[in-house]
Amino acid sequence: MANTKNIIISGVGGQGILTASEILALCAMEEGLDVKKSEVHGMSQRGGSVVSFVKFGEKVYSPLIEKGAGDVILAFEKAEALRWRGYLKKEGGVVIMNTLEIYPTTVSLGLDTYPENIEEEFKKFGVKTISIDAVKLSKEAGDPRTQNTVLLGVLSNFIDFSYDTWVKVIKFRVPPKTIDANLKAFELGRSIKE
Amino acid sequence: MEKKLLSGNEAAARGAWEAGVHVATAYPGTPSTEILENAAKYKEIYAQWSPNEKTAFEVALGAAIAGARSMVSMKHVGLNVAADPLFSASYTGVNGGFVIITADDPGMHSSQNEQDNRRYAKFAKIPLIEPSDSQEVKDFIKEAFEISEKFDTPVLFRLTTRISHSKGIVEVEDRKEVPLKEYKKIPEKYIILPAHARKRHYFVEERTQKLKEFANTTHLNRIEWGDRKLGIITSGISYVHAKEIFPNASYLKLGLSWPFPDKLLKEFVEGVERVIIIEENEPFIEEEVKFLGYNIDGKKFIPLVDELSPEVVRKGVLGEELERLPDGKGVKRPPQLCPGCPHIGIFYNLWRLRATVTGDIGCYTLGALPPYNAMDTTICMGASVTNAHGFDVARGWDFTKKTVAVIGDSTFVHSGITGLADIVYNKGNSTVIILDNRITAMTGHQFHPGSGKTAKGEETKRLDFEKLARAIGVEKVYRVDPHKLRESRKVLREAMSTKEPVVVLSERPCALLPEERKKAKQRPKKVVIPDKCKGEKCMGCIKLGCPALSMRDGKAYIEPLLCVGCDLCQQVCPFDAIVEEGQNG
Ligand SMILES: Cc1ncc(C[n+]2csc(CCOP(=O)(O)OP(=O)(O)O)c2C)c(N)n1
Ligand code: SF4
Ligand code: SF4
Repeated sequence: MANTKNIIISGVGGQGILTASEILALCAMEEGLDVKKSEVHGMSQRGGSVVSFVKFGEKVYSPLIEKGAGDVILAFEKAEALRWRGYLKKEGGVVIMNTLEIYPTTVSLGLDTYPENIEEEFKKFGVKTISIDAVKLSKEAGDPRTQNTVLLGVLSNFIDFSYDTWVKVIKFRVPPKTIDANLKAFELGRSIKE
Repeated sequence: MEKKLLSGNEAAARGAWEAGVHVATAYPGTPSTEILENAAKYKEIYAQWSPNEKTAFEVALGAAIAGARSMVSMKHVGLNVAADPLFSASYTGVNGGFVIITADDPGMHSSQNEQDNRRYAKFAKIPLIEPSDSQEVKDFIKEAFEISEKFDTPVLFRLTTRISHSKGIVEVEDRKEVPLKEYKKIPEKYIILPAHARKRHYFVEERTQKLKEFANTTHLNRIEWGDRKLGIITSGISYVHAKEIFPNASYLKLGLSWPFPDKLLKEFVEGVERVIIIEENEPFIEEEVKFLGYNIDGKKFIPLVDELSPEVVRKGVLGEELERLPDGKGVKRPPQLCPGCPHIGIFYNLWRLRATVTGDIGCYTLGALPPYNAMDTTICMGASVTNAHGFDVARGWDFTKKTVAVIGDSTFVHSGITGLADIVYNKGNSTVIILDNRITAMTGHQFHPGSGKTAKGEETKRLDFEKLARAIGVEKVYRVDPHKLRESRKVLREAMSTKEPVVVLSERPCALLPEERKKAKQRPKKVVIPDKCKGEKCMGCIKLGCPALSMRDGKAYIEPLLCVGCDLCQQVCPFDAIVEEGQNG
């Protein structure tokens, strides 16, 4: 529906995509919105490409995002941003991408090539493109597993949920021992606006 | 009321708990697995993994006949395995409520076919319930138990991947305790001798008539009047996709879609100008509607193959697409065996031995993909063992000595044991490799009889594969550690060239199990010494297919975030270019 926000979170199996999309969906619920999130479990856990759709608004029907209806692509890996480009809306879409590149064996075996100039592939269509080194920032936050929270921090600038909502849900959802590192990671991400 | 964000599978478990379910059984299979995993968390529910869907079905049916509200869940193809008791259960009916959850997989995200199990409801003559989102899953499960007890019938409850694995907001309620129903011995109901079954068939037909009346009046089926210019008949996930594109149309939304509500259909058709059917996969509703004499189309607009989505609805019905950016190039990223996976060594060796491999279903099916390409057949669970025997009887020893069957431990217990008995009994000569990683890994790590743990995490007896094989009559049983590449290759060679049935037990736990992860953390990772690496001229380590290994700038590279230090790559590198980290200086 017209007034729903459609977020595509993509990456590679094992990167914490499902936790990130869960946090986003719980924030939407906390804000009193209707929300659906969808992903496919199974084969994708084995290093394959993973995507999670999160939709929220007054009323959400389908859990799937239509091609051309996406507001934001939040990519945990560079090539996994490009894969989903067709889902972004023609005008006003945003892509936030981790600069991490994970080469699949298909590339090493010469069965495929890793895409080049990925930022340019978005910019040439006028898409607002934000690239960040979430690996570095997560280490700064004190735990390399907080990459997903860094990325959520960046995303938070494009969604009008209250700051308190984010903090509350992150505290609730991450392992207790990692709360401090995750909150720091969130702040580091949130400080990135361009 | 309390609200929770639940997946369809979590909602199914929650609904069962609220409905007072006592017994839940299952065999894992995507997308159904989390139903039992979640049911097992409730202390009021007795929950168990069964060796396969047939046994799971029969345990739950037995519990229902004994008076307990019972539920069995499985993926769509699981119902093929349980089809035999399904058809009998339709005749016996129930005592305590009995609900069968089938989780179908349109789009085949992780399945071998796209069968639409709505057809089973009609075939077995039992009511079919199709929820559209997590809230309905929870609410409808409770209805399903009421219907089961009221009409003395098993109920087929159909989920699909997008319902099972999508999360939505659910208002939860408390559990209502339902006491066990009194158990009475009723031979003419529960013993389906031909003489009894003949009478029961009349009962089943009468029941169907009553259910048809019920389908016309239950709130599970509803008309939503909107714009009368367009009426849409739909059910399950198709309803929400259709609503997304046509929020204002009129709907005949079916929650109890078999037996078909004929009167409701008439009312709906008369109330709108144009009617179409929007349904995923098979023309199940369309056939019913056409049978009732209405010329209403569905498959004319909506493809039969593949998963439905809002975009497919838009394209099919309106012939339009949203304006959008062009698709981006996606690098091929097929699923892979994990770093340190015990299956890597076996498939590396089978590739080296150029073996013909009858394969099976599990993580190890990835042995069919590059770099191994070490699989010739994969049909259904258990078929590796029997396929190998088929190759043997068709082509004889010269072929068989180069052939092996490869089967996971969970799959072997599921349906490989009878195949092994087939080989021995019929004097075959096949070699069967059982990949014993102690767990049902593919579906997300569920225990099975070879794990020594129950669904609730309690210790139990562990099935002894060697003793079992010997009891069946296999005299040669080898045990290998698949991480010892040279040793296990030698054993494989020997096993294959032995002219009698041989079992090779390949024993090493799945690398993702907690204990294995702990070990991996304590082990140093491996690194490549670029000066020693011969790069593209060699590629020896790349042929292992470990996801941590790739070629960067012409040399092998080990991604430190992924490496678990298992040392397989070190074993295959002929130039000693791979060492422990810290020793590369
Ligand atoms: C009839 C049927 N039930 C369930 C499944 C889902 N499924 C696929 S493979 C598998 C078992 C895998 O376990 P195992 O054989 O131990 O191999 P692993 O994945 O651990 O390597 C299951 C449950 C299926 N494909 N067919
Ligand atoms: S989950 Fe376990 S068995 Fe499956 S690929 Fe990974 S390590 Fe291997
Ligand atoms: S030691 Fe080698 S084979 Fe094992 S996980 Fe690391 S890179 Fe892969």
